[in-house]
Amino acid sequence: MPGWSTAADPAADTGWSEAPARKGFFTDGSVCIGCKACEVACKEWNGIPEDGLQMLGMSYDNTGGLGASTWRHVAFIEQPRRPVGAGSLTPLPMVAATHGQNMPASSPETGIRWLMSSDVCKHCTHAACLDVCPTGALMRTEFGTVVVQDDVCNGCGYCIPACPFGVIDRREGPAGARNVGIAQKCTLCYDRLRDGMTPACAQACPTQSIQYGDLDELRARANHRVEELHAAGVTDARLYGADPADGIGGAGAFFLLLDEPEVYGLPPDPVVTTRDLPAMWRTAAVAGATLLAGAAAAFVRARS
Amino acid sequence: MTVQADAPRRRRRGGGRDAEHLMVPPATFTSYYGRPIVKAAPWQSDIPAYLFLGGLAAGSSLLAAGADLMNLPELRRVARLGAFFGAVAGSAALIHDLGRPARFLNMMRTAKPTSPMSVGTWILTTFGPLASMAAAAEVAAVLPFRIPIAGRLLDAGARPAGLLAAALAPGLASYTGVLLADTATPAWHAAHRELPLIFVGSAAAAGGGLGMVGARLSETRPARRMAVGGAVLALTMELQMERSMGLSADTLHSGKAERLFKASRALSIAGAIGTVALGGRNRIAAGMSGAALLAGSVCTRFAIFEAGQASARDPRYTVIPQRERVARS
Repeated sequence: MPGWSTAADPAADTGWSEAPARKGFFTDGSVCIGCKACEVACKEWNGIPEDGLQMLGMSYDNTGGLGASTWRHVAFIEQPRRPVGAGSLTPLPMVAATHGQNMPASSPETGIRWLMSSDVCKHCTHAACLDVCPTGALMRTEFGTVVVQDDVCNGCGYCIPACPFGVIDRREGPAGARNVGIAQKCTLCYDRLRDGMTPACAQACPTQSIQYGDLDELRARANHRVEELHAAGVTDARLYGADPADGIGGAGAFFLLLDEPEVYGLPPDPVVTTRDLPAMWRTAAVAGATLLAGAAAAFVRARS
Repeated sequence: MTVQADAPRRRRRGGGRDAEHLMVPPATFTSYYGRPIVKAAPWQSDIPAYLFLGGLAAGSSLLAAGADLMNLPELRRVARLGAFFGAVAGSAALIHDLGRPARFLNMMRTAKPTSPMSVGTWILTTFGPLASMAAAAEVAAVLPFRIPIAGRLLDAGARPAGLLAAALAPGLASYTGVLLADTATPAWHAAHRELPLIFVGSAAAAGGGLGMVGARLSETRPARRMAVGGAVLALTMELQMERSMGLSADTLHSGKAERLFKASRALSIAGAIGTVALGGRNRIAAGMSGAALLAGSVCTRFAIFEAGQASARDPRYTVIPQRERVARS
């Protein structure tokens, strides 16, 4: 792949010199309480316009999904109580171990298991949106994140079908709002990062479900958390997007989930589309040569 | 939310690496309230229209270059005008589809091989002026007066411009297949081995079809050959594509895409048969066959476009093939 690399540091790979450590999010779904503080903080800090106030009939989720004007989205899944041994009946270990809080993420008394998790742009190591952007509006920052330059994007929309997670979208309204007609998504609060601050969602999260920091450290912390949950009998716990060997080279924003990714609306095996691009260009070359040869052959003894 | 997956209606035998696809698909798949996972492209009909127009321009410019070298003046005129129209109308459609049309020149601030749209923009913006110059020479030739200076430049420049445009035509006709395939849209990405070949075939059919509509019979033999060869290539590769696509081939067989796909096949087959049977003997039959091939090319582009959009809107086409991939590995 042009620009493809196994390097774990996409900022340096892009040409940033003396880049800071790669930053990211670890979103721990086992301690999310569905308060949506992240959604609100994100909207407030980034000045994102309202994008629909509807009852969706999806548990407590009336946000729906990520989009041009929704950069954090809390998923709500109500599952029937599962048999003992499947992990869901064991009260989850408290966050107390690290933060002295006392907030279980699910309760055996309700008869259902609540799954809640805050979704966000994955800031992929191999980012399809960035690869396919024809204007260079999408760029890799010194923090290893992926950001749209609002003043460059011309709204071609190519990044939208390219994203394997369906994150980025073109802002279509309301009329008069900022950045209508151009692609928008989470910036990992690039402005706050440059001032050494924590992104708004992580800052607002009351349960430390959204943790911000150096990606290496977050991965180590997440592995420890999974071990802790497994030891406590929560065998459903698994990391999503934390493996640098996956189809996107690992996500800058990864997750701890308690069920299969598609339950939360995440693709089970995302692959950056540009992984197959060299093969596609070769096919195009064969096709072009076929056309040229065919056209030449059509003119052999051209006159009737 | 667990949703019962319909048994795929068509599962054909695939060879090579797709043979694995014969495994029984999961009976159920899970999604988040049935919501799509990937997002459909925000593109309107401008984009499939451009896929056709760009192909028409490419096919026509090759025909024009051949006609120029072989001294077939009427075919050359029709084909040069077709290449000009395809490039200009296609560019207009592309700009119209932008979220910020006034910023279309931002495409020119960089050149990226990782972006098929960037590659295509550079091909089209080089092709456009060359095809325009060749077409302008045709228009100047039929004016009742001679244009001073510029007219002589056109006389001298038309052939090199037309030949250079034709040299870019294979890229112009084939990159659009990569443009669609280089996405997470399930039906498009799954067809990445066939789309460029289908699109060059469709381009040849359209360019040849236009030549048959516009030029006299004694000059259209190359146009007829190109049209039939292109239609056969596209139709053959479409059969191959349906096998490669696996589950997402279902999107070609339902809804709007199905109607367009059936129409594209019927028109292309009818146009090709008409061309072979009567294209060299009857001017009216040649014109009708050419028009059918043009319409078939339009329907091919819209069918593939709509199939992709449908595959993005239904999470089954994202989840089930990925689950199968995980199960295989």
